[in-house]
Amino acid sequence: MAASELPSARAVAPETVRRRIRIAAVLALALSLILIWRFYSLQVLQYERYQTLSLDNHIRIQAVPPVRGLILDRHGVVLAQNTAVHILQVVPEKVHDMEAMLRKVDHLVGLSATEVEAFRSRLKKHPSFEKVLLKARLDDVETATFAVNEYRFPGVTLEAVLHRDYPQGSLVSHVLGYVGRISESEEAMIDPAAYQGVRSIGKIGVEKQYEDLLLGRPGFAQVEIDAHGRTLRTISRNSATPGNTLNLTIDADLQRIAREALGNRRGAVVAIAPSSGEVLTMASSPSFDPNLFVDGIDQRTYDALRGLEDRPLLNRALYGRYAPGSTIKPVIAQAILDSGISPRESVYCPGWYTLPDSTRRYRCWKKTGHGPVNLHGAVEQSCDVYFYEMGRRLGIEAMADVLTRFGLGAVTGVDLPKEPDGLVPTPQWKRATRNESWYPGEDLITVIGQGYLMVTPMQLARMTATLANRGIPVQPRLLLSKEDSLSGETIPTNASSQPAKPATEASLDQVIQSMTAVMHSPRGTARASGRRSPYQIAGKTGTAQVIGIAQDEEYDESVIPEKFHDHALFIAFAPVDKPQIAIAVVVENGGSGAKAAAPIARKIMDRFFQKKLQRAAVSSKHHVFG
Amino acid sequence: MFSGRPLHLDGPLLIALVFLSALGLVVIFSASGENWDVMLKQGVRLGVSVAAMLILAQVSPETLRRLSPHLFVIGLIALLGVLLIGVTAKGAQRWLDLGVVRFQPSELMKLAVPMAVAWLLTRGRMPPSFSMVMAALMVTLIPAGLVVIQPELGTAIMLIVSGMIVVFMAGIRWHHIMMLLAALAALAPFLWSRLDGYQQQRILTLFDPFADPLGSGYQTIQAQIAIGSAGIWGKGWLEGSQSHLEFIPERSTDFIFAVFAEEFGLIGVLMLVLLYLFIVGRCLVMAYHTRDTYSRLLIGALALTFFFYLFVNLGMVSGILPIVGVPLPLISYGGTSMLTLMAGFGMIMGMHARRRLMT
Repeated sequence: MAASELPSARAVAPETVRRRIRIAAVLALALSLILIWRFYSLQVLQYERYQTLSLDNHIRIQAVPPVRGLILDRHGVVLAQNTAVHILQVVPEKVHDMEAMLRKVDHLVGLSATEVEAFRSRLKKHPSFEKVLLKARLDDVETATFAVNEYRFPGVTLEAVLHRDYPQGSLVSHVLGYVGRISESEEAMIDPAAYQGVRSIGKIGVEKQYEDLLLGRPGFAQVEIDAHGRTLRTISRNSATPGNTLNLTIDADLQRIAREALGNRRGAVVAIAPSSGEVLTMASSPSFDPNLFVDGIDQRTYDALRGLEDRPLLNRALYGRYAPGSTIKPVIAQAILDSGISPRESVYCPGWYTLPDSTRRYRCWKKTGHGPVNLHGAVEQSCDVYFYEMGRRLGIEAMADVLTRFGLGAVTGVDLPKEPDGLVPTPQWKRATRNESWYPGEDLITVIGQGYLMVTPMQLARMTATLANRGIPVQPRLLLSKEDSLSGETIPTNASSQPAKPATEASLDQVIQSMTAVMHSPRGTARASGRRSPYQIAGKTGTAQVIGIAQDEEYDESVIPEKFHDHALFIAFAPVDKPQIAIAVVVENGGSGAKAAAPIARKIMDRFFQKKLQRAAVSSKHHVFG
Repeated sequence: MFSGRPLHLDGPLLIALVFLSALGLVVIFSASGENWDVMLKQGVRLGVSVAAMLILAQVSPETLRRLSPHLFVIGLIALLGVLLIGVTAKGAQRWLDLGVVRFQPSELMKLAVPMAVAWLLTRGRMPPSFSMVMAALMVTLIPAGLVVIQPELGTAIMLIVSGMIVVFMAGIRWHHIMMLLAALAALAPFLWSRLDGYQQQRILTLFDPFADPLGSGYQTIQAQIAIGSAGIWGKGWLEGSQSHLEFIPERSTDFIFAVFAEEFGLIGVLMLVLLYLFIVGRCLVMAYHTRDTYSRLLIGALALTFFFYLFVNLGMVSGILPIVGVPLPLISYGGTSMLTLMAGFGMIMGMHARRRLMT
């Protein structure tokens, strides 16, 4: 088509457009008539009905937020509660001069720069008829001061709200987690009806895991308002249902002992009741104060916490991944027995080991060597050379099999969010992830708990409990029972049934005997921590390298920076015959397991049995006099 | 060199627009809870918008026509920019931060889409061929799709309507209209499934607002109570109890008509609707008088889109249409929509004033 044939804009418009304009005008008139009819119907025909509704319309519905459930330890010590605090809220559209208001409020009760900053950013996100938080937590003097001056601040209201409070501070913060303001992404996930009037939500830990149990159900109040919108009286109230009270398996007292024993070191302690899986202690050090997060932590404090090299926010007990070192030797010993190798067979330890056809030396931790050692001695004295030899004979498949049977490389199923699964390496795994074949030398590294093998302290504790149970695995759990807030009824949570796959009992007894020797024989690696205990302990030390030591190099703690020192590990359970507590301890860069980790476990056990005796004494007294 | 009209303006239209916007300020004062600050802010926006109208009235139709495709492409790029680097406000990405000003490309598109469609159709024969109709459909649906993602359903619908009005006025054949309607009907279940839960809820609420009186039906019910309780004469300025007791959410913006209707009654509603119809009618007469196709299409489209705004807003406030978030033109609080509308009226006046020069 030639350009000249195109009707240009300059051409006189065809009559069609005029015709269509006439049609459109008629359509618009018709639509207008529909609108007018609608308004006539509302304002004339149904006038009386709506007038009545309007006059009655002084009843407003307000959401009554539920009280969040308490969290207690196993003996009723309060770990999380709710306290009343006063806050200042602002309805922006009712404030005539925002800057002047902020200046006056600052003058009266003080506003920090961060509070003003946070207020301004919230202001942008909310429609102007909604309440926006200005200042959280006014103390008594500030509350009283503002209360008498409230009339000077139209649009600013002083309100009493319940506020989550963690009275134990940093003691159990990693287990509890914390609540915080509902974020935009969470807002999209939650059911708005269930969160009417609710300002915060569980972010991590138990607070997140059991959000549903803790939340409760909001209620509604019908309130009568006057012509100025002020509340005159409450007409009816559909009370909110408070959340369940949760009893945790944690013993706050033992937790304190664990935290004190860890001191300012980086590390973790997990103690489990082997028969039930109840987690008595789950400590991670260093820790943080969860109260910082409740009102929304300010960015500077948060960045500071995150930036710390010690990473206090990290729950090492659950999310820390460590090489287990020699702590897995009892489990490997079990595999040795299962494979039919005689426990009496001795291996000569000169202080090093070489694979056939290789000159590379794999060292024993004892440079001078252990001489001839059998299985018992190898566990007792943690002889690496004996295990190198056995590792070579067993091969990776048999080792991976027994480690998996004791729960390594898989989540323990403890009731906390996002548990990692650790790693038990196999040739298939290495082929799939690194596209490399498995080297015989890696058998030797794996058998002493180094190399690719990665476990969490929680997994180590579960492994220890499985040893204590003579091979019956157990699922660790934190929730002991929940109390229904209305009926007051306590509903215990049952230990989930365990797949009973016990190892041969006789052979495990043999391994446990060797673990007992670790604590109580004159040559045991942790004899210092077993000394003069009124109960028998079975334990195993572990020391995990953080950096590789070259063939001819010496590991000399005095010249290596602290963060490259070996991790110290220790596992133990007691009493040996009827175990009541199983513990795993990891002290990062602690040096040796015997020196840094085992004493911590001993302190916890001492306290545990001392409390048992006290309670037994108290209850028998009651029995006599009651 | 004025063509008989000072500054290319149109007296009757100008008077009606100024009267309407002034009325808007009065209503906003009441709806904002007698807040001088809010009213002053809106007054400043009105001033800026009138200035934009005056400037655009000086642009000749030929220039507008030539600029149309460029403006459209700029708008498209800006819309993509919003999705990639836009500023989020109230949960939707609508703004582009240009340092000095924050700019809402979807508003620019309200002018650019009808301009582009009019430009496109004037390049072919009248009435448009089927392939021309399809091309116009693409020019409309692509920006509308980008706006839906933001998500801003109301604006997207208005963009589609403005584009389709141009196609209608260009004389699209009736059997083509039938085909498009049939295609829309066939797509309806799919479109329904693409709506968000809350949007579906809003449409369902229309049929029975009292089914969920505290949730999605709340706004509709409260607005209807405000309107109905006003009766013929209304409760008087600043006397609307529904509005002043804050029963009506968004009462300064999308639901401002409920405040007006409560305070001024059916008489006020009739006067206001007549004022709007006068503006639309005056523009249609101006379209009738222009002689070139582009001007005629664009004036007609802008005027009828303006009417459609009114219809959708009043329909949603009075509960016969779902709540889609369309402001009441020239009255609702907020600057961008007023600026766009006034700019459009400026273009209309300019095109009409120069109609004699075109032949």
